[in-house]
Amino acid sequence: MNSDKVLDAKGLACPMPIVKTKKAINELNAGDVLEVHATDKGAKADLSAWAKSGGHDLLQDTEEDGVLKFWIKKVNPEEGELLPLF
Amino acid sequence: MKLITAKEAAEKVLSKEPLFILDVRNQDAFGDWKIEGFHIEHLNVPYFDLIEGVEELVDKIPKDKDLLVVCAKQGSSEMVAEMLDEAGFEDVLVLQGGMRAWSEYLKPVKIGDLSNGGSIYQFVRVGKGCLSYFIESDGEALIVDSSRSVDSYIDFAKEKNITIKHVVDTHLHADHISGGRLLREKTEAVYHLPPKDAEEVQFSYEPLEEGKDLQVGGATVRVQSVYSPGHTIGSTSLIVDDKYLLTGDILFVESIGRPDLAGKAGDWADDLRNTLYNTYERLNDELIVLPAHFSNTSELGDNGAVQAKLGDLFEKNDGLNMDEETFRKAVSENLPPQPNAYQEIRQTNMGKINPEANEQSEMEIGPNRCAIHG
Repeated sequence: MNSDKVLDAKGLACPMPIVKTKKAINELNAGDVLEVHATDKGAKADLSAWAKSGGHDLLQDTEEDGVLKFWIKKVNPEEGELLPLF
Repeated sequence: MKLITAKEAAEKVLSKEPLFILDVRNQDAFGDWKIEGFHIEHLNVPYFDLIEGVEELVDKIPKDKDLLVVCAKQGSSEMVAEMLDEAGFEDVLVLQGGMRAWSEYLKPVKIGDLSNGGSIYQFVRVGKGCLSYFIESDGEALIVDSSRSVDSYIDFAKEKNITIKHVVDTHLHADHISGGRLLREKTEAVYHLPPKDAEEVQFSYEPLEEGKDLQVGGATVRVQSVYSPGHTIGSTSLIVDDKYLLTGDILFVESIGRPDLAGKAGDWADDLRNTLYNTYERLNDELIVLPAHFSNTSELGDNGAVQAKLGDLFEKNDGLNMDEETFRKAVSENLPPQPNAYQEIRQTNMGKINPEANEQSEMEIGPNRCAIHG
């Protein structure tokens, strides 16, 4: 899958993968796709929960040889805020 | 900010001190499983919603109670605790090792003395609701339903100058990884398993069978096996010193075992009924039931131990007071979700897979879920 930016968060423990993902997403434009690589198993549930609460789209995630990969599409911040959480 | 160990946290929870827990895991993880106790108030706000700041929490956290911040492993709760510290909260506590450490901590509680000078201890795995037993007499010990954190038993034995001679699993566990093989490796204890649960195991073991008693401390304590299928086909109960009935996952204090974790609920429902309503019915009412699990902190007594007289359970436990039809429905319909990774846990306990220690902790996350509440 294509991405506009790759964030390497391998070897980092919680909360750093998400702290860095959040920062990287802030630097992107709406519609851009961020690819995140992480090794902390907890990142999987947390990234999808975070993407949901922030209104971003988690397009795909995979796991290969212990490396978790995520593709997150940045949603227009205004649109994101309007998304109902529940 | 101050780190506290799972042991210190368990003491707080069991002492019934008021405690406010800020759990910063994601909502699913929190909904699934959390620190339970008597005077605990929870607030769940995921750490990733607090990266920008903790202002939203300030009015929600009381300042007159101890505040404990927890997360899965520790890092995220430290981040949040530091921010709370800056926002003016004093003495914020952080759970060292997070919920993983909470899940693994074992608290030994003495249950009572045995007739010939020995004693029996219950090791309460507060976070996961697992109970294991340390039966000692005359310098020897037998351990029942050992957790994976075997150093707790080994250290305890060393302190008391006791040799661990036997380790018994009452059944093939589906909710936690047995410490049986690891204990055998580290102490040369003999590992006993019910043969009907061990048909697929990939290692040698001593069969645990009715009619073949075990002895601790040069025959000072007799441990009798009673075949009691239902949770699994091999489930075997132990009567210790004619006084204690170790029921494994067949009978709990407020509930009964579930017959479906090996995928055969229908077949084993009748076995479970027969064990509870016939085999146990014929046993002495004065026996003290010591189960392998608890589900609710309401099952913990004043000293933190889980126990009840068999006769009292026949009066009060709903699972022992159902007609056949109600019973069959209760144990086969609308069952609670299975324990986390229960199939992988069974495979590990059979020696078919050998996950790394880290993976084993991940597999064991969450509550035990071995009970059915009537």
